Amino acid sequence: MKGSLIILSFFATGLLLGIFRLLPQELMNNSISFYVLCGLLFSVGISIGNDPTSFGQFRNMNPRLIFLPLMTISGTWLGVIVVSFFLKNRSMADCLAVGSGFGYYSLSSILITQCKGVELGTIALLSNIMREVFTLLFAPWMVKYFGKLAPICAGGATTMDTTFPVIVRNSGKDFAIVSIYQGFIMDFTVPFLVTFFCSL
Amino acid sequence: MFIVIAFMIAGIAVGYILRHHKLLFIHRIILMLIWLLLFLLGLEVGANKTVIQQFGNLGFEAFLLAFAGTLGSIVFAGLLWRLVRTKPENK
Repeated sequence: MKGSLIILSFFATGLLLGIFRLLPQELMNNSISFYVLCGLLFSVGISIGNDPTSFGQFRNMNPRLIFLPLMTISGTWLGVIVVSFFLKNRSMADCLAVGSGFGYYSLSSILITQCKGVELGTIALLSNIMREVFTLLFAPWMVKYFGKLAPICAGGATTMDTTFPVIVRNSGKDFAIVSIYQGFIMDFTVPFLVTFFCSL
Repeated sequence: MFIVIAFMIAGIAVGYILRHHKLLFIHRIILMLIWLLLFLLGLEVGANKTVIQQFGNLGFEAFLLAFAGTLGSIVFAGLLWRLVRTKPENK
């Protein structure tokens, strides 16, 4: 939670400086963020490739739970498609791109801003932050009505970092590995799915 | 946009080649790049008058998408939970 607040405060600082135009216009140049974005994804890749031990742990999992990320993805898409019919000025692909952030708001909002513009990027940022907050707040309720896998699916790509403690507290220690597995798979798929829906 | 994906795949390759060296500092770099990018995103949003005027509407759309996406995924999680629970592994 503290990490999210720090990230939000960086966004808010930028927002205020942007509103009052306190910085030179050159900084608005889109290509700067594009280079930083490439650097970010390169680093994310390094962190994935550098940690092969996490693969080994997943072998001890209930094999049916391998499909958990698929549930997360298809459930999210279904919900988002339904909403897209009510949002007249957003295409279904736009909505799917936002939904495919799965709570990974930093990366998805930046990717979407790059290819779809700042308006949809803002929606992606807010929407994916909300998803994380929903998971943090309502995990006990999710477990009660939808079972112990529910907060893991709700957490999407955040289940190995920010929402991990809440999931372990509410679903139990037995689900720690599943939670890390899901976060790992989703972290990896978010950039692919978001760029895919942006290119439609 | 696929250039970005290429960078990630290159990163995975580099990380894997160097897997015997624990590159723990990479997480700090990721965090700082995210801070920088969110700051730049804030700048861009702040300087865009239409987005600032529409902020409430955008927030509402964001809420709908977050709510529906989360609800859809927990319903599907419930389905898998039922499957995992009612049919224990046949060995």
